[in-house]
Amino acid sequence: MKSFRELSYPYIVWACVMIGIPMILIILYAFTQSGNSVTTFTFTIENFLDFFNDSVFIQVLMQSLKIALITTVLCILIGYPAAFFVSRMEGRMKATIFLLLTMPMWINMLVRTYSWISILSDSGLINTILGYLGIGPIQLLYTDFSVSLGMVYNFLPFMIISIFNSLDKMDKGLLEASADLGANKVQTFLRVMLPLSLPGVITGITLVFLPAVSSFVIPKLLGGGQYVLIGNLIETQFISVGEWHFGSAISLVMTIIIMISMYLTKRVDKQSASDSVASGGGRIW
Amino acid sequence: MVKWRGKLLSGSYLGLILLFFYLPIIIMIVFSFNSSRSLTIWNGFSLEWYEKLFHSEDMMQAVINTFSIAILATAISTVVGTLTAVGLSKSKRILRECVLALNDLPMLNPDIVTAIGLMLFFTSLRIEKGYVTMLLAHIAFCIPYVILSVLPKLRTLDPNLAEAAMDLGATPWQALMKVIIPQIIPAVISGALIAFTMSLDDFVISYFVTGNGVSNISILVYTMSKRINPTINALSTILVVMITVVLILINVVPLLRKKEGVAK
Repeated sequence: MKSFRELSYPYIVWACVMIGIPMILIILYAFTQSGNSVTTFTFTIENFLDFFNDSVFIQVLMQSLKIALITTVLCILIGYPAAFFVSRMEGRMKATIFLLLTMPMWINMLVRTYSWISILSDSGLINTILGYLGIGPIQLLYTDFSVSLGMVYNFLPFMIISIFNSLDKMDKGLLEASADLGANKVQTFLRVMLPLSLPGVITGITLVFLPAVSSFVIPKLLGGGQYVLIGNLIETQFISVGEWHFGSAISLVMTIIIMISMYLTKRVDKQSASDSVASGGGRIW
Repeated sequence: MVKWRGKLLSGSYLGLILLFFYLPIIIMIVFSFNSSRSLTIWNGFSLEWYEKLFHSEDMMQAVINTFSIAILATAISTVVGTLTAVGLSKSKRILRECVLALNDLPMLNPDIVTAIGLMLFFTSLRIEKGYVTMLLAHIAFCIPYVILSVLPKLRTLDPNLAEAAMDLGATPWQALMKVIIPQIIPAVISGALIAFTMSLDDFVISYFVTGNGVSNISILVYTMSKRINPTINALSTILVVMITVVLILINVVPLLRKKEGVAK
């Protein structure tokens, strides 16, 4: 039996080299400055001070969090009913609709985002239709609206899938029991269905918020060259400016913010679960 | 009556969402056949952009790079990931937990963080960036998905089966290939499928670790999208059609097989 264990040894080495060392390098670069070589290990927090002392960078950070938050909320509001309706369907119809809803995910993200440019531009489809109606061209592309729209478009399938999974697994008997015990539809939804589907919503939030905060493709394509989110800031530091130390520091700040928000989201989940247990409703186990 | 109204509501809501999902893609496909550069005014049917696409060396090279990297990365990460998962399932718990924690990093981290990490890594080792670094990076982010897909399946297996095979004279290799692998093959296939689509879809990591003008389809779209360029529409249309055919095959073939089974 022992012989099988050795099968994982090559990958352990690989993972340390290809996953571990890059992470260490980011931290190393974040705490050193260009000019002094990395090997001398003169640690400095200058990069972080540069970031937090500049109101422009803080604004970029706030803007990224704002857009990601809007995207996540919109995905929940649009995705929940969709997942709910699909989970109510039966048989082949359910499978087909679910496939149709998830298929866009398999298409290259760049391609999907690019396809919106021609719709939103000043001479694009929407503005052409508005033109026929006598309404002047409205600036749609290169705004907060187009960036949020692009993000919702790209990440909504993830939200629908994870909410659908939790709704689909749900024991339908519980809903019937709730109705039998005198709850109306709204009560059944709020007291039974919603709490039980919360883990799916939480997974959905993780799947949407994380890529939305760090995305730099969508803001670049649909927000234009002037539109800067934290991801674009990191990209510029690495690709055009060449300030790798500062770029590493920014990405470290971003990673920590994401980790904190994930931790808080998970805590809210646990909190609400224990609340509903305490109030006697919700979870049965 | 109420039920009927509910169906209408759910039907139209889902219809709207599907319209939202597919309208941009359909418009893109339609205008890839437009005879003018415009993406809003229809000037008649033409295959001009497809011709341009097939005559553009950059684009064809990018398509070749994308698919060769996806195939190689999938093959390597499926084999390594599956073997690793088998090894880990027999390892001590503490080692397994440590490796899995490390393994989770590329999936938990934003793509851009994984990307700059690898970029710093390749640069500090003075490895010339290009095709090889892109392939290595793709293997690195694909293996975790294969392991994550295979490991839960291995946990459901009876550990005594492999031992029984070896007691009966099978070598460990035979036990692996003839007893363990056949039982986990669905999980291996789904892992490979995830790896393949991940590699095909990747932009961020490829963008940071490539160099010397080596690009894949995503990088090409990114650099070309600054101007309206219907060749991108043509390329995208071909990709969409290919993915659709593959997805239909994956979803319809099992249905047909099931039917055949029932008929027999």
